[in-house]
Amino acid sequence: MARVLLRVPTSAEKGAVIEMRALIQHVMETGYRPNAEGVVQPRDIIWKFTCRYDGEVVFNATLSPAIAANPFIAFTTIATQSGLITFTWEGDNGFAQTETRHITVT
Amino acid sequence: MKITRRVLLAAPGALLLPAPTLADRQSLAAALREFTGGQPMREGRVRLDVSPLVENGNAVPISIAVDTPMTAADHVRRIGVFNERNPQPNVITAQFGPRSGRAYLATHIRLATSQALVAVAEMSDGSFWSERVEVVVTLAACIEG
Amino acid sequence: MKRILFALLACCSVAGAEERRSGLLDMRPEAQAMQRDDSMNPGMLWVLEGEALWGRKPTTAGQSCADCHGDAPGSMRGVAARYPAFDAARGTAIDLAGRIIQCREARQAGTPLARESQELLALTSFVAHQSRGLPITPPEDAGMRATREVGQRLYMTRMGQIDLSCAQCHDDHAGRRLAGSIIPQGHPTGYPIYRLEWQAMGSLQRRLRGCITGVRAEPFAYGSAEFIAIEAYLMERARGMVLETPAIRP
Repeated sequence: MARVLLRVPTSAEKGAVIEMRALIQHVMETGYRPNAEGVVQPRDIIWKFTCRYDGEVVFNATLSPAIAANPFIAFTTIATQSGLITFTWEGDNGFAQTETRHITVT
Repeated sequence: MKITRRVLLAAPGALLLPAPTLADRQSLAAALREFTGGQPMREGRVRLDVSPLVENGNAVPISIAVDTPMTAADHVRRIGVFNERNPQPNVITAQFGPRSGRAYLATHIRLATSQALVAVAEMSDGSFWSERVEVVVTLAACIEG
Repeated sequence: MKRILFALLACCSVAGAEERRSGLLDMRPEAQAMQRDDSMNPGMLWVLEGEALWGRKPTTAGQSCADCHGDAPGSMRGVAARYPAFDAARGTAIDLAGRIIQCREARQAGTPLARESQELLALTSFVAHQSRGLPITPPEDAGMRATREVGQRLYMTRMGQIDLSCAQCHDDHAGRRLAGSIIPQGHPTGYPIYRLEWQAMGSLQRRLRGCITGVRAEPFAYGSAEFIAIEAYLMERARGMVLETPAIRP
């Protein structure tokens, strides 16, 4: 499991726009980079990031090799109700990881 | 790791900055055309925030914000970021809706060399808006190679 | 034209040699922001990894770091600010990573940790992070004084085909530019660092190897007495400066 650093509010007022930040440990090997022996390293990237709020997709992004190693993504959503916010990363070589945070909305 | 010939060659190369080739411009134009489906793209409403001078192209902070109320009637559907001179023109494409609250996206990207970045927003009325920024990437003097 | 004049001025301006300055301040504001905000700092991923390792037994027979040292925020506070330290049992100086390697072998019945391995970098980052914001306070004992003298001599010694010493760049020319980059004063305030060039975390010794190969000299081995001596001297030279781990550097 890759290490993940999430900044998600634990509580918010109903209707507030909340910013979420997600950082995950991943090499994001571009597929263009030769190693010390001159052999091009095969591509190994995360190509999909999805955020769901109680199951509904509220943000998703398609990533390319131009995203820096240890991908960082920040975006916003509206705090609609108390519930679960899940973050999913999918990538080459079967990479898949999901993290969940609870938010209380008042 | 050893200092390789490639590293020695790369350093002066970064200073000479040859102009983008026709192929670079064509690949960027093709990627933009694919994103817009050939619809016209106007300048404005999109703010692409990136430092004009970058000291290391491996992790360049960028953010994109679009001037829109993000209501059901008037919102951003997609934001795409494209570059001119990386091996591929695509950087990131993200989907938005009224639940986004704001049309905002920030990330860290790679820039192989000095070049143009273009951010494009697709609005709910089907129009496309964009901003283009030129970024100068300097190369560190002491690289491991 | 104005830009050229500015560049020339930048080349000629002499560093405030009396004023010590973290390499953090030599970076552009965007890179500084990446270090200052944990939610954007990829080095924090290694700190988190280290936190998980701290509580985990490396083998069923051994103990976890936490079994002996308890909660790191209490027990490890200020520790990284005092390393390298004198290991009386062995009669030599030891660096923080070396101490973690030693603990793993002697007390945790674990497989040895390799220098620059992800696991060792994670543990070292986690321990050093507990001293973030604290001043560097090298120990005063005689053993360390002798080590620092060796380190200072190495720092002043010209090396390699380019025949440069550490001091020629980082004392005499700090603040000036080499190609597009500011030459930093070379204070080890944020190690292990997330170096943008590496796109990963690395130790001070990895950074020193980069400098030494840069002047076309044969680098010392990881964990060697020479590297630990240079590290000890650099920490003395940075005495009182504040630790930043995990720092971002270009």
